[in-house]
Formats: sequence, structure tokens, C-alpha cells
Amino acid sequence: MSIVIRGAAKRYVSRGREIRALDPVDLDIKAGEFIAFVGPSGCGKSTLLNMVAGILPMTGGTISHDGKPVSGINRAVGYMTQVDSVLPWHTVFDNVELPLKFRGVPVAERRRRVTEMLALVNLTGFENSFPIELSGGMRKRVALAQVLVYDPTTLLMDEPFGALDAQLKLMMQAQLLSIWQATGKTVVFVTHDLAEAVTLANRVVVFSGRPGRIKVIETVPLSYPRDPFKVRFNPQFETAYGTLWAALAPEIAKGEAI
Amino acid sequence: MAGHADEAAAIGGGKSAAVAAWDAENSARRRLILIGRIVVGVVFVSFWEFSSGRLIDKLFVSSPSAVSSRLWKWLLEGSLWNHLSITLYATALGFIIGSLVGFVLGLLFGRFQTVADIFDPYITALYSIPKIALAPLFIIWFGIGIESKVAVSASIVFFVVFLNTYAGVRDVNPIFVHATRIMGGNELHVLRHVMIPSAASWVITGLKVSVPYALVGTVIGEFMSSNRGIGFIIAQATGLFDTTSVFAGLVLLGVVGAIINVALRHAETWLLRWKASN
Repeated sequence: MSIVIRGAAKRYVSRGREIRALDPVDLDIKAGEFIAFVGPSGCGKSTLLNMVAGILPMTGGTISHDGKPVSGINRAVGYMTQVDSVLPWHTVFDNVELPLKFRGVPVAERRRRVTEMLALVNLTGFENSFPIELSGGMRKRVALAQVLVYDPTTLLMDEPFGALDAQLKLMMQAQLLSIWQATGKTVVFVTHDLAEAVTLANRVVVFSGRPGRIKVIETVPLSYPRDPFKVRFNPQFETAYGTLWAALAPEIAKGEAI
Repeated sequence: MAGHADEAAAIGGGKSAAVAAWDAENSARRRLILIGRIVVGVVFVSFWEFSSGRLIDKLFVSSPSAVSSRLWKWLLEGSLWNHLSITLYATALGFIIGSLVGFVLGLLFGRFQTVADIFDPYITALYSIPKIALAPLFIIWFGIGIESKVAVSASIVFFVVFLNTYAGVRDVNPIFVHATRIMGGNELHVLRHVMIPSAASWVITGLKVSVPYALVGTVIGEFMSSNRGIGFIIAQATGLFDTTSVFAGLVLLGVVGAIINVALRHAETWLLRWKASN
């Protein structure tokens, strides 16, 4: 088991009122699994992800990752968000090298692994560019190289492709899928886009609106390798999408009504 | 031919017709600005020269020719460098001390909110005192030598740099901090790779503003009591109604200030090369 979540909950106080961001949830995520969290905004899907990353302290329950309880920043994961977490003042090479530097990897090996990783995400030749000089898709690939270079067992991704245009999004999905299949990492992928979730994941978890809790967990019966450009025309895709949409739609409507 | 140019534009090698036209337009504009600047300068200096003694008493405004020959005389005597060097030295020292202390304290306060909240009213009170009003006190403490001038300019520079550094650290995007820590960075890494670079644009703005202030601080110190420096020259000449020397001193200050500003702008462009050019 890669991630074991038992009764994890989050409450906080805002303007003198207690807000239940996430009611206690239980979830087991198998090693090598690609799992997606979907739900309306404010349903606690990002909250749960951030608790696995150790960024947000829990107000109840436990989470263990690779057998170790999460308390404080979890350095065994790779973390990628919609906002560019690539440091704008470092070049592409320096950005990808940073985690290895932090982890005390010797210089020669650092250089070798960074070069290898940049080749993997098709960014060879851009080593000395600053992120501002790259396109949005290229910056995403830098971020991907940055989290893959130190070989974490688990990738936590919070709407990583949210800001990209539709075609670019599909291309990034294809690249992520092929990397996932080649490396066998566990991926937890938060998105509000149900089609993206069904395209990528083994299992899709639907969260209900505030207070957040898990409403439905559905296995996607499509086999891998999947082609993000074509998989949506598969009848099994439609069935899975339909079932999940039936669970998700009322939650979104609930959010809109408030 | 046209097809050739388009291809060059598409692959970015060579100069397409559009790029050449844009370059030409740009350099024409730059030439116009340069010529305009020279014209404004020449007109102003000529008018000054013409009106001095004709429209306004020479005693009040001197004249460009008298000022430049006074500067030339100082240069030959060696007194120019004698006075300029002491002013520059005090300015640089005040700038370095003030910005170093301001930067370190700014980082500290930015990181520890509670400390910042405790000291906030005192900092605000100190900040509200015109630093010039401290000059007499510094002269009592440090004497009429260079130390009191350094103290005045350092106290001015300190606040500018401190407040900008503090604001810069508070402005850091928390995503960068979280991501860096998950990547394996410790507190020191976060400081070195996130806090300081992120605050850099604020800090550099602060430094750019504070260099002229450092000069102001030094000159004010020299006005009050000294026996060397540009401020001393101006104060002494004022006492003797020697407007030529007063203007010569002012010209020196203007030139020095302008040179420092150009140097800072270049430093800024290089340090912030990762940012989008506006």
C-alpha cells in the first residue's frame, strides 16, 4: 500500500466561524496506482492532497505514506501544482538540479541525471533558458522533470495542466501516462475536469461539496496504454464518464445554488 | 526574395524585412532622443551664459564659463579629488553599512512575524523622525570626521532597504516555499533559493532609491560641520557669497549622482534578467 488514509479531516476557523473543509475520510491507494480526485471547488480534494504532502496539518486522523506516518513536510513525494512552482530566477538546468543539490547528490551525477531528465521531457537545448523565456507547456515539462529527477515513489499533482489550452493538455496527459507506465510510480491527480480524470486514472474518487467527503469511488475499466486523443471515443469511456457524472453533477449544482 | 525573407523570419536566423524595418524605426527614434537631449542642454547652458550679468546679477547665478573654469582649476590643484573622494567614501561606507544591516533585519522580521509585530510601533516612530534631525546628534557622538557622515547616510539607507526587504519577504509566493521544502530544501535553502531571490526585486528598488539618499546624508553631514568634502565646499562658499564655487559643487553632485544611477540600472538589468522586460 502506498498511501493509507484513516479518518483524515480538516477544520479551520475563518472570520470566527468553524469551517469543515474535509470530514473524516478513509482511503487506500495502492503502489503504482493512478488515482484521480474530482469534485466541485471547495470539496477538500486539494486539502487532502496537501495533507498527504505534509503542507497542511491534519485536524484529525492519520495518513501514512510508504509505511511512514506523515507529520510535517513529506519529502518522499513529488509535488506539482497548477501555479508554476518552477523558480523563475533559476535557469531550466538549475531548477531541475535543485532537488538533487538539496539531497546531497555529487556534482557529476547531478549533471548526468539532469541531462537525462531534460532529454526525457524533450527540453534538451533549453538548459540555460529562464522559465520566462519558455512557453506554458515547456514550463510544465520543466516542473515535471524537477519532480521526477529525484525519483520519488509518489507524484502528487494538483490540477497540474489546468492552465494549459486543450491540445496542450492532451499532449501533457499523454506524456504523463507514458512516464507513469515506464516508471510505475503512484500518482494522485486532483482535477475538476472529469474527462481528464477518466482519461488518466485507474480509479476516480468523487468528492461531495462542503463539508468535503468521499461520495463515490469508481474503477475505470479501460486498459493501458491509453491514447488521450482517442480514448474518449471508446464506449467504456462513455459508460465510466456517465456513472461518475451522475455522482458529480448534483454536487456541482449544490455549489452553484449557494 | 520575399519568400526568402519570410523563411528567415520563421526560423529566426538572419534579418527579415520586417525586422530590418523595425530596427531602422527604433534607431531613428533613439537618434531623435539623443539629439533632443543635446539641444535642450545646449539651449539651457547658452541661456544661462547669456543672462548671467545681463538679466540677472552674476553674484547670484555665476555663469557656466566661470563654473567650468573653477572646476578645471580644482582639478589641476588636486583639491577636486581631495574633496570628492572623501564624500564618495563616506557615501559608499554609509550605503554599505545601512543596506547590510537593513537587509539582514528585513529578512529576520519578514521570517518572524511576531518579532515584527512587537517592534512595529518603534520602527514606525524611528522611521518618522527626519534622519537629518539626527545629524547634530551624530556629530556629538562621532565628531566632525567621516564617522558622523557615514552615520547619517547609513541611518537613511537603513530604513529604505529594511522596509523594502521586509515587504519583499512577505510577498514571497508560499507555493515556492512548499515546493522547495518538498524537493528536500531546508530552512537555509529556502532562504537562499526562494526568499532572497524573490525579495530581490524589492530590495534592488530599495537600493536604487537609497543611493541618492546616501549622498544626501553625507552632504548634509558635511554642511553641518566638516573640513573636507563637496558639502564642505558648498557650505564654505555660501558663507563667502562665492556662487561660482557653490554651482561647481552642485554640478559635481549632479554628475556623481547620475553616474551612480546609471551603474545601478545596469546592475538591476543583470540581476533581474529572469524577469519579463516591461
